Amino acid sequence: MSAAQTPPLLSTVSLCKRYPGVVALDGMDFELRAGEVHVLFGENGAGKSTLISMLAGANPPSSGEIRLHGQPVRLGSVHEARRHGISAVFQEFSLVPTLSVAQNLSLGDEPCRAGWLQTVALRERARRMLDGLGFDINPDALVSDLTRAEQQMVEIAKGLRGEVSVLILDEPTASLTDREAQRLFELVARLKASGVGIIYISHRMQEIEQIADRITVLRDGRKITTLQAAQTDADALIELMSGRAIEQIYPHIAHQPGEPVLEVQGLSSTNGVRGASLVVRRGEVVGLAGLVGCGKSELFRAIYGLDPISAGQVRFLGRPLTGARPRQWLREGLFYLPPDRKAEGLVLGFSSQANMALPLLSTVLRGRGGWLRRRLGRHLTAEAARQVELAPHNLDKPVGLLSGGNQQKVLFGKGMTREAALYVLDEPTVGVDVGTRTALYQLVQRLCEQGAAVVVISSDLPEVLHLSHRVYVMSHGEIAGELQGEAIGEKPVLNLFFGSSESRS
Amino acid sequence: MSTALSSHPTSRPPKGALASATAVLRRLFLQLGVLPFMLLGALLVFTCLSDQFLTSQNLVNLLRQSVYLILVSMGQMLALVTGGFDLSVGTVMAITSVVSALAMNALAASWPDALWLAVLGGCLVGVAAGLGVGLINGVGVAFIGVSPFIMTLGVQSIGFGLALFLTGGVPVSGLPAAFSDLFGFGSVLGVPVPIAVTAACVLGVLIVMTRLPLGTHLLAVGGNAKAAALSGIETRRVLMLAYLLCSGLSAISGLLLTARVETGEANLGGTVALESIAACVIAGVSLRGGSGRVPSVVLGAIFIGVVQNGMNLASVGSYLQMVVLGALLIVAVVADQLRHRLSASGRL
Repeated sequence: MSAAQTPPLLSTVSLCKRYPGVVALDGMDFELRAGEVHVLFGENGAGKSTLISMLAGANPPSSGEIRLHGQPVRLGSVHEARRHGISAVFQEFSLVPTLSVAQNLSLGDEPCRAGWLQTVALRERARRMLDGLGFDINPDALVSDLTRAEQQMVEIAKGLRGEVSVLILDEPTASLTDREAQRLFELVARLKASGVGIIYISHRMQEIEQIADRITVLRDGRKITTLQAAQTDADALIELMSGRAIEQIYPHIAHQPGEPVLEVQGLSSTNGVRGASLVVRRGEVVGLAGLVGCGKSELFRAIYGLDPISAGQVRFLGRPLTGARPRQWLREGLFYLPPDRKAEGLVLGFSSQANMALPLLSTVLRGRGGWLRRRLGRHLTAEAARQVELAPHNLDKPVGLLSGGNQQKVLFGKGMTREAALYVLDEPTVGVDVGTRTALYQLVQRLCEQGAAVVVISSDLPEVLHLSHRVYVMSHGEIAGELQGEAIGEKPVLNLFFGSSESRS
Repeated sequence: MSTALSSHPTSRPPKGALASATAVLRRLFLQLGVLPFMLLGALLVFTCLSDQFLTSQNLVNLLRQSVYLILVSMGQMLALVTGGFDLSVGTVMAITSVVSALAMNALAASWPDALWLAVLGGCLVGVAAGLGVGLINGVGVAFIGVSPFIMTLGVQSIGFGLALFLTGGVPVSGLPAAFSDLFGFGSVLGVPVPIAVTAACVLGVLIVMTRLPLGTHLLAVGGNAKAAALSGIETRRVLMLAYLLCSGLSAISGLLLTARVETGEANLGGTVALESIAACVIAGVSLRGGSGRVPSVVLGAIFIGVVQNGMNLASVGSYLQMVVLGALLIVAVVADQLRHRLSASGRL
């Protein structure tokens, strides 16, 4: 093959990134050829983000080498990487919400004549960039007024500004509809044909099957292998990614549906949920699937009283509880695990013990005369820590110093200090390692088999598919369908999601 | 009530002229913000309270009184759009005033024949001292990473203390008459010099914000600092410039006010930090950074001038004026939040 003679477009030689106490990337050998789509596949924390941030110049390597056309290069800044033709579209938006689309597209590289800003040229350039990609977006619109998908398109347009030979796309379809995603794939195909090398991060199997040429699997900061996309399949990839067979990660949970715990009828909310109805019974795990922004988080935020309900009824254990506040829900026996542990779940400066005791302070731990019952608090939290398999020496450390997996265990621990009839887990395993995930899944199994109802809301499709007895699929704020037992699978879920989005447009 | 009405515009047909007038007002409010309404309200109230208010002489007077705040507010806006703020603007005015006065007197005593040179030298030294304060703020905020609140609060105290120390707390008088005659009371082509200088500065800031890349960069650093850095903008340099320009504009304001009062005083800018932030916030400059418009800020500063001038004419005491000013600031912020909520609900 000719690839053997000509050096690859971009390669890394034993690239390492060390942070105090953590090796984020270890001895990475990676190569990207011109005109290929190379998918990076791995769990959160496997090192994908670290690798691309170094390739994009955002993060200097601790050791090792990055080579462009076989020549070692130093990518000291994003700007320098851009000068070498390496451009990255990160998952976190790198747009300024208060500026217009046109201003964002030229940010840092404004068209000037004699130091003066050329506003007409600025708008024309934006128009050209967007038209060239087939994106229908007004260049004068403020970025903050755009939808997430439109912002993603602007982000991609910005990534393609100037001469680009390496394009890095980090989960670019996470917020796109199927049709927008297809447009992106057409674009990727065009770029590929013109010799651009594309590094593509995605978790979606269908997508990977559709566009990948080669796939590099990462786990725990190391490269496991690089495969030809045509010679592998989804199950093999997941096994490589997690290092275990699927059956080892996801426990088999017995399905013994009992009486309904939560009944929701025609619920609409001001945050975008429209006419959602669902039932959750004792002894079953119900999944709520859908892409970012489909309303799956918002549905339970509304039920739990975090966002106002505009129509519909909620019944809990047979009693109407529409519009109840979190305090009342806690008393009634609902535990809600928020999706973002740092923003909504934990007080990072408090110890694990204090965090887990927080929901108990005004109830169980309030003794005679309003005094705090500290001994009981210690006892209850120690018991909760045992249940979530949090090592006792972590109890007195500030939560902010713990690993992501241990933080998530503390978050679960907040719900284990007393019994609940319904556990609502929103993104239960975001950014945690496989070991912790298995432990948390086993906890879900125990809770369910002891007769509690569990709702798993997740953007991680395999997680929802493998844990749930029943799955509701959400799309555009509505429940697009319900799947049960054998019918649960990636394809039917995506069909439900996109089916309704296509019929809408 | 109005929210509920407006979020279902199609559910009810408009009833008569009142409803359509409300709709027009609502649209104006959404587009322009609260400032035009407050300004109009203030003009109406003070015209009714005092028949001297709406005279051409008073209006020119009002403008002349407002220029000092306009200048500082311009500077404050530059700090605010980057997501910070500058509490030391008053100190810059004080330092500039005291240093320029001392320098001017010293130079005039050494070379009594070259008074103009003394005036020029004094002005330069004063502005340089003011810029020095901005330099310290910039280094602290941009390069060391101290929060703007703490940095400028600390510098405010240091600078004020130094200004008092330099003068022993006694105003510096006996400045060359030429200085006050020109910068305090003079006029060029019929335009009072302070107004002309301010107009030039406003034009300068307007050019920076809309016609130079720096303006976009200032907004970008405030709107999303990480995005700005990823786009290759030297965020530290931009922050540095913001605080330097802010102190420069405050120094010019301090110089003009020194000429007006004909003494170098350490107490010159006592309330200007609060007033300039109020002017900007009323003008819709976001405290989170990333947005702010020059013409609105000028109007915001003039609005505060109108309120002070009107209350003086209506013989409202200065203690009560402080109450009114604080209340207006809060009302403006609340109205701005209401506007955001209205426009958000209109979009859904």
